Amino acid sequence: MLAVRDLCVRYGRTTVLDDVSFELDDGEILTLVGPTGCGKTTTLRVVAGLERPGSGALEIDGVHIDRDRFVPPEKRRTGLVFQDFALFPHLCVAENIGFRVRDRARVTHWMRVLGIEPLADAYPDTLSGGQKQRVALARSLAHEPSLILLDEPLSNLDAALKAELRWEIRAALKEAGVGALWVTHDQDEALSIGDRVGIMRAGRLEQLGPPEQCFSAPASRFVAQFLGEAVFLPGERRGDELRTLLGAGTARAGDSGDGPVDVLLRPDDVTLAADGDTNAAVEWSRYEGGTRLYAARLDDGPLLKVRTNHETHLAPGERVSARITAGHPLAAFPRESA
Amino acid sequence: MRRAPLSYPLAAVVAAAALLPVAVLLYLGVGAGPALSPRALGILGETALLTGLSVAGAVLIGVPLAVASACIELPLRRFWLVALTAPLAMPSYIGAFALFAAFGPGGEIENLLGLTTPPVRGLWGAALVMALYTYPFVLLTTRASLRGLDAGLVDAARTLGLSLPMALLRVVLPRVRNGIAAGALLSALYTLSDFATPAIMQVDTFTRVIFIEYNAFGLSRAALLSLQLLTLVAVVLFLESRVGSERERPGRPLSLRLQALPTTAVLVPAALVLAAAIGLPLAVFGAWLAREGTAGFDPAIALNSAYTAALAALGTVIIALPVAYAASAGRFGRGLERVTYLGFGIPGIVMGTALVYVGLRVPFLYQTLALLILAYMLRFLPLAVGAVRSTNERLDRNLVGAARSLGATPAEAFRRITLPLTLRGIIAGAALVFLEVMRELPATLLLRPTGFESLATELWRVYEAGYFGRAAVPGLLLVLVSGLALLVMTAGEQRIDNAPARDRQR
Repeated sequence: MLAVRDLCVRYGRTTVLDDVSFELDDGEILTLVGPTGCGKTTTLRVVAGLERPGSGALEIDGVHIDRDRFVPPEKRRTGLVFQDFALFPHLCVAENIGFRVRDRARVTHWMRVLGIEPLADAYPDTLSGGQKQRVALARSLAHEPSLILLDEPLSNLDAALKAELRWEIRAALKEAGVGALWVTHDQDEALSIGDRVGIMRAGRLEQLGPPEQCFSAPASRFVAQFLGEAVFLPGERRGDELRTLLGAGTARAGDSGDGPVDVLLRPDDVTLAADGDTNAAVEWSRYEGGTRLYAARLDDGPLLKVRTNHETHLAPGERVSARITAGHPLAAFPRESA
Repeated sequence: MRRAPLSYPLAAVVAAAALLPVAVLLYLGVGAGPALSPRALGILGETALLTGLSVAGAVLIGVPLAVASACIELPLRRFWLVALTAPLAMPSYIGAFALFAAFGPGGEIENLLGLTTPPVRGLWGAALVMALYTYPFVLLTTRASLRGLDAGLVDAARTLGLSLPMALLRVVLPRVRNGIAAGALLSALYTLSDFATPAIMQVDTFTRVIFIEYNAFGLSRAALLSLQLLTLVAVVLFLESRVGSERERPGRPLSLRLQALPTTAVLVPAALVLAAAIGLPLAVFGAWLAREGTAGFDPAIALNSAYTAALAALGTVIIALPVAYAASAGRFGRGLERVTYLGFGIPGIVMGTALVYVGLRVPFLYQTLALLILAYMLRFLPLAVGAVRSTNERLDRNLVGAARSLGATPAEAFRRITLPLTLRGIIAGAALVFLEVMRELPATLLLRPTGFESLATELWRVYEAGYFGRAAVPGLLLVLVSGLALLVMTAGEQRIDNAPARDRQR
């Protein structure tokens, strides 16, 4: 179990972490996501003990750590999985995994779980990226950490491998039953892997919650935009009802008060039709295989992104009618006085 | 929030020791006489002349050979490259001695072949020797800049409308010019520092006159001359630091197919250079060995050389470790490392002069091997630091972090990760120092305890006494040691070439 309380880190005058707090339960996977320089990797390094907290405190398995009571990395039992794998080049796979493990059975167990048993005697420089990452994970898990820290574990791998390895790693973490803090800059990865997702920006944790909640009820416009395509459409809120140029919708409770609001629209909240009262013109379309993404400029309004099935055919320049068809309540933010 | 790395205090002590010779010379030399006397100007002129001629010769030999080895498809390319860089591994005094003994009336060529040849001595003789043994600097740097050049650049220039000669002139030459300059400056540095060649050829350069002054008990005058020589060295080092070497990702190397030019036109001059630089010394020493046998050579001398070299290698590596680790740890550490590089710029004769004074002042060091070994350590420290650091820098920083997060203490992480992964560099560094010490002459000459001779000083004694035949065994042993040094150096270079390019993320 990990608890982070009011953690701050400064390098000289720049604040890298600003009052970050969260908890991580055993067996839970928490993904930390954010743009480059948001502090997610620093958070990881502080938890691992490779970096000292400026102020605030950590608690790892009931052990309190702060600026004055520092616990060196080797005493924390946090398994760190590096972006560039950090496999020891002079040790073979089995020796890497069994670096400080007495019980050989544990080494074989994790090699089997991750499907790298045939590579036991191979040296790291002969392995592919995906194999290296499996070895790195097996090494961490075989040392029976109290929690696992993953620093962009998939970012050095190619796209096809990423999708596959994501689930393998998740399954292995769940089997081990340890808590995992998984840092990534890829929002799809964060949303699909995490039991909970933390979105960071400029050293602050902007939102922490289950992926569905972060996506559909973002705490800020930044979170809304970071997690997926987002358009903010001006509208009016009365109670639970939202009125916009594209029709009416239901507002989520508690997002904002009555009055002028900006309604968050995702590409699947709106449909385009070539008939009816037209209120927009198609600017471009992008074929995505099973779906098609259109950009349509509202008359005197913002550029809408709309995802349709691939059977819809609309040419650039064509007049269309855009309507809100979302079956779920929409998030609304008080209008920014721009 | 980071604490100072553990290596810092140790590295600071080593750096302070590296400053010691310069401090001693300043203390001794300043006020020992007028800084600019007519005599000093005469020595300066002679030194500058020798350096200029040597550099010109090195460029004349080195550049064409570089072009040949980089751009022209030669048979046995790898062999030629190693062979052509081999003179670098030989101490020039071997060549100076052999040429001095071979040419001229009564020389070995006349004895064996009955041909009378003009003597090789004086300024021109010294310049010839220096050119023959320092051209590989020019060859290597020029070749590197030619190889670093992407042939795509020439193609691009031509598609932009330049003719091939114009493209070579405007695209290739500016890049290669830096390479040639870098090699020329290294050649100048070597010539300035070299003691034995001007001494054997009897040219009054700084190094020779320092030795003469030392023998005439003029230690403070020797120190003053040493300071003047160091100033020259500093100028050359400064110029060298200004010659930037740009590096780009090498693409397709430039390749010229000279159908019209037969390969013999390239290979014959190359073979001639090798015959003069390596073949001639081997032949001369071989002839002496055949004529006089091994009698008169005391095997204890070879043993002396070997065990002082082994002790010096061990000591140098031990003090190099904290410096190399400090250099990778942060900016202050890099500064400390720079200071230890002083030894590189301090000619052996100057190092000897400074430590002779230390020996006079510190009685328990006077006339001891310990003082001699200290001189070796300070002089060859940069070799060991460089070798250790280059492997250490290729070490992924995260490996130690990974070991620690798996539960290893800093000591265990050093023992199980850092040390095994830098061991090759440590061994290579020790080997280089060992081989350099085996061949070192000037500092040994000044600092050896009475009755102690090394292979190099034995050669010097033979030269001074005029019993040239006695030089056969020490001479050939020194050539052998040089061959081993060449092997270590090329092995190291190959490793660097083959090191997988790591994608560095942070």
